[in-house]
Amino acid sequence: MSNGQLQLVLFITGDGTRGQRAVGNLRNLCSGVLSDRCHYEIVDVLEQPDRAEASRIMATPTLVKTSPVPDRRVIGDLSNADDVLAALEIDV
Amino acid sequence: MTDATRVHDRAIGKVATGIPGFDHIASGGLPAGRTTLVSGSAGSAKTLMAAQFLAEGIKQFGEPGVFVTFEESAEDLRRNLASFGWDIQAWEEQGLWAFVDASPDPEISSVVLGEYDLGGLMARVGYAVQRVGATRLSMDSLGAVFNQFAQTSSTRREMFRVAAHLKKLGVTALMTSERRQEYGEIARYGVEEFVADNVVILRNLLEEEKRRRTIEILKFRGTEHHKGEYPFSIVNGEGMACIPLSALELSQGSTSKRITSGSPDLDTMCGGGFFRDSIILISGATGTGKTLMATEFLQGGISQGERCLLFAFEESRDQFTRNAQGWGMDVRAMEESDQLRVICDYPESAGIEDHLLAMKREIDEFRPDRIAVDSLSALERIATIRGFRQFVIGLTSYVKQQKVAGLFTAATPQLFGGSSVTESHISTITDSIILLRYVETEGEIRRGITVLKMRGSPHDRGVKEFRIDGSGMHIGRGFGNVVGIVSGNPQHLDVG
Repeated sequence: MSNGQLQLVLFITGDGTRGQRAVGNLRNLCSGVLSDRCHYEIVDVLEQPDRAEASRIMATPTLVKTSPVPDRRVIGDLSNADDVLAALEIDV
Repeated sequence: MTDATRVHDRAIGKVATGIPGFDHIASGGLPAGRTTLVSGSAGSAKTLMAAQFLAEGIKQFGEPGVFVTFEESAEDLRRNLASFGWDIQAWEEQGLWAFVDASPDPEISSVVLGEYDLGGLMARVGYAVQRVGATRLSMDSLGAVFNQFAQTSSTRREMFRVAAHLKKLGVTALMTSERRQEYGEIARYGVEEFVADNVVILRNLLEEEKRRRTIEILKFRGTEHHKGEYPFSIVNGEGMACIPLSALELSQGSTSKRITSGSPDLDTMCGGGFFRDSIILISGATGTGKTLMATEFLQGGISQGERCLLFAFEESRDQFTRNAQGWGMDVRAMEESDQLRVICDYPESAGIEDHLLAMKREIDEFRPDRIAVDSLSALERIATIRGFRQFVIGLTSYVKQQKVAGLFTAATPQLFGGSSVTESHISTITDSIILLRYVETEGEIRRGITVLKMRGSPHDRGVKEFRIDGSGMHIGRGFGNVVGIVSGNPQHLDVG
């Protein structure tokens, strides 16, 4: 994580099942194909609505790639890793 | 449902919007703590109404508001709405206005891969409401949400949840939605009307090549409102203003106090002058002396120390001043002493609703004892028949509410006899009708005057001849054995 070139933020609402599924899928992604390349953070919009506002989040779950630019987002529970990586424009 | 909310449901309060005229139509305002859907076609002023609901809340009641925008960016809205005199940025800095900007950001690209909810949006709305302590909220527009997200059942379900969320926040909300046509299904996505118990429709109609805006409250569940379409207008620097016509069910002039018409002869014909709070219609062909009568009416008021207001739609200021001078009235001196105000305007300079609002504003500001309009019929040509009728009713009722005397002139299209559109719209509302006619008799054209109607008073029923000279109008004797003057077919009765 020290050489974290990849910054990801996952926005979820509370502890609903869809959000928790997305959290699990993100963890798998980061410990799997993206091992050591990514730094991720989980934001519950109920606890940190200001973060949702700052990032202009509409839907949850939303995974945001904040770095490197450009800003790319995926909405959904992140169950298909290949589609997620393609949408975020991340090469593995 | 708890007992507390049930009690709340039974008695729904209203929140005054502060939008001119609307609260009257809405019997007080929008249902408090509820969401009202405002549906309209493109360009029907939905966004304006959504913004004005918040702006008037701040300006008139000091109530903070949240504006949720799905279409135009907050930056665009600040700029576009500045033309109505609203400094939104200042209100944001004072913590009275907060945007939730959910408009599409070209820098951000999102891909939907699977199920989602609108939890982010709801959290931001709740956060903004809490941050400024909002009691009002506007959301513009629902359709744009469906443009950003697929039109799936989950989006629909989420919009229901958003509406439920707003109820929980306790705000009085206004939510806009597009519709494809002016009449027919209320909204486009088949969900909106179920989201809100209350529906308002804005229309931007093209009738007889003239634009006409109307507002209609389709339903307010469990609470009162006035039915039907009401015209509204958009005033630069102020926003939208509705024209409630139902205030008009007139309290008839109740006073028995008489005022002078400005002509002692005419006062006699009317049984002692006009009534203080009455509407008088002067109808006649061009050149019969309508403007002169209006002038004398004003002069009569000024001689009694009253304040008089004239709306002139047929003559320029210079023309009017010069003609009045010819009849011995010094317009400039009277204006300087603040007893007289003359407003000259071209009918075509604005829409008919704009004219009505401008006239009301002048009346409010100048507080006259007498009002003259010369001529009402000049405004016929800029309006549809329906629009004109609403204008006439709106103006007369407003004048009546002020309890002042109003004298309106109307030009008849034919030189001899005939009636005007104005007359047919106004005759039942007026208290007095005076006809001026050309009379062809004994090889010359003369002028005749008759008091056709004088509510609540006996009056002279004859047709009298009158002359106009440098000192004004002089009413003489009757035409004797000439009949058919009023209808435009004078005939001499053979005596004997």
